[in-house]
Amino acid sequence: MSQVLNKLLRNRLTAVGLAIIGLLVALALLAPWLASADPLRQDLSQALLPPGAHHWFGTDEFGRDVLSRLLHGTRITLFIVVLVTVVVGPLGLTVGVVAGYFGGRVDAVLMRLTDMVLSFPSLILALAFVAAMGPGLDHAVLAIALTSWPAIARLARAEALTLRQSDFIVVAQLQGASNARVLFKHLVPLCLPSVLVRLTMNMASVVLTAAGLGFLGLGAQPPLPEWGAMISEGRRYMLDSWWLVAAPGGAILAVSMAFNLLGDGLNDALDPRQTS
Amino acid sequence: MSAPLLQVDQLNVAYRGADGLVPVVKGVSFTLGREKLAVVGESGSGKTTVGRALLRLLPHHAHITAQSLHFDGIDLLAASAQQMSQLRGRRLSMIMQDPKYSLNPVMSVGAQIGEAVQRADALSRTACQERVEQLLARVHIREPQRVARQYPHQLSGGMGQRVMIAMMLAQKPRLLIADEPTSALDVSVRQEVLDLLDELVAEQDLSLLFITHDLNLVGHFCDRVLVMYAGRVVESLAANQLQQARHPYTQALLSAVPSLKHRRASLPVLQRDPAWSAA
Repeated sequence: MSQVLNKLLRNRLTAVGLAIIGLLVALALLAPWLASADPLRQDLSQALLPPGAHHWFGTDEFGRDVLSRLLHGTRITLFIVVLVTVVVGPLGLTVGVVAGYFGGRVDAVLMRLTDMVLSFPSLILALAFVAAMGPGLDHAVLAIALTSWPAIARLARAEALTLRQSDFIVVAQLQGASNARVLFKHLVPLCLPSVLVRLTMNMASVVLTAAGLGFLGLGAQPPLPEWGAMISEGRRYMLDSWWLVAAPGGAILAVSMAFNLLGDGLNDALDPRQTS
Repeated sequence: MSAPLLQVDQLNVAYRGADGLVPVVKGVSFTLGREKLAVVGESGSGKTTVGRALLRLLPHHAHITAQSLHFDGIDLLAASAQQMSQLRGRRLSMIMQDPKYSLNPVMSVGAQIGEAVQRADALSRTACQERVEQLLARVHIREPQRVARQYPHQLSGGMGQRVMIAMMLAQKPRLLIADEPTSALDVSVRQEVLDLLDELVAEQDLSLLFITHDLNLVGHFCDRVLVMYAGRVVESLAANQLQQARHPYTQALLSAVPSLKHRRASLPVLQRDPAWSAA
C-alpha cells in the first residue's frame, strides 16, 4: 500500500492530481467553515461585483458570493462522483466478469446489452434518462451511473477472458471450487487494478457529464451551487462579468484534469509490468 | 483381482473446428490400479488431453466419447457437473506443469491451500491454519509458517510445485494425475519432487498417472508405461522392460535419448512411418 503511494508521488503530474483531489476533499469537508458567506443568501445591492478583497471571486447577479458557492459546490461534485463510482464499479465488474467467465450465451446476452448502452453518446443517453425521470441531482447520479457501467464491464470481461483459461483457475476448479468462488475469490481480485484505474479515469468524465447536465438545467436545480448550473446562470452576464463563468469553469477543469492525472499515475503504479 | 480404480476403454477426444471434428485422442484404452502408470509421447501426442479428459476439464468445444470411462465405479461421462465437482479434488486430483501459472498470483500460499483444506472438512480458522502448516511441512517445506504467508512470486519453482502438491493432498484424493510435474523445474530440484511424490504414493494409498516425456525418468520411477503417438497408445509395457520395447516408435524414442556413456556422431532423427498412426 505504501509502496503504491510512493510510486504515485514519484511522478510529479500524479502528485499534482492527487494534491488537487486531496484539496477538493478537504474543501468539501470544511466548506461551511471556509465559506465567508451563505451560498444561498441573496443581496441585490451587492450584485455582480468584480473580484476584490471582500469577495475574492466576485458576486453573481443576486449578490451571492461566488467563492462560497464554489466551495459548497465541491460537496455536490464529490457526492455525484462518489455515488456514481460506488454504483458503477461493482455493477460493471460483476457483469464483465460473469460474461467473461461463463462465455457462450451468457456472454452474448450481457455484451449485446452493454453494446446497446455503449452505442449512445453518454451525455445524450444521460439526458434521455433525466428527461424521462425528471430533473434533479439524484436522477442525474442515476442517469450517469446507467451510462457509464458498460466501459467497466467491457474491461472486466476482457481481463476475465484472458484469465479464465489460465492454469490457476483450472486448479481452483480442480479443487472443486464453485463458480461463485472462482469468480469472486480468484477472478475479481485480479481484475481490480485495471478496473480501479478505469474508474478513476471515469471520474473525470463523470465530473464533466454532471456539469453538463447541470448546465442544461437537468442536474442540480437552482439555487443549489452546482458548478455546471453556475456557469449556465452566469452565461447571460459573461461579457461584462467574466468571473461568473471563469470560476466554476476553472474548478471543473482542475478537478477533471486531476482525476485524469491520478488515473494515469495509478495505471503506472498498479501495473507490475511497468516497474522501472 | 478386483476392478481397477480407473478404467478407460476406447477414449476419443475431438475438437470442433471450422471444418468438422478434429480428432486429438483416438481410441485410447488402459486401466489403472494401485500403481504408477506413466504416459509418454512427443508433444501433441495427446498425453495432457487424456489427463484433462479424465477430469472433464477440457474446453467446451471438446467432444469426448468412450465406450467406458469409469473411476471407482463412477461413470465419468455420465456424471453431472455437480457430481464431477464432487469428485474433483476429493477423489481425483491433478498437478500441473508449471507452478508459476497454476498458483493464483494474488492469493497467499496459505490461503490457497486453506481453500482446499476447508473443502475437505470445515475447520475453524486456527485449525485450518495449523492443517495448512502441517501439509506444507509434509511436503518438506522448511518454515511452513513463513511460507504460508508468502505469495507465489516469492517462491522458487521447486517450492511452488511442492505447494501445489500440498494443495492437492489436502483433500486426500485416490488418484493423482501429474502432468509433467517436473518439466518446468531445474534438474537438481526435479529429483526432490519425484522423491516426494514417490513417498506420498507409498504412504497415502495413491494411484499415480504420470504424464511425461522424460524416458530416463520413467524407467526407474514408474511401474508401467503407455507410449502414445498421434493420439493413440502404440505400446504398453512394464517400465523395467522399456529397453526391450518392440514398437519402432518407442525404439526410436529410446535411441534419441542422449547418454553420457556412449559418444555418438549425430542424434538419430525419427523416421516417421504413416502406419504408426493408422494402426
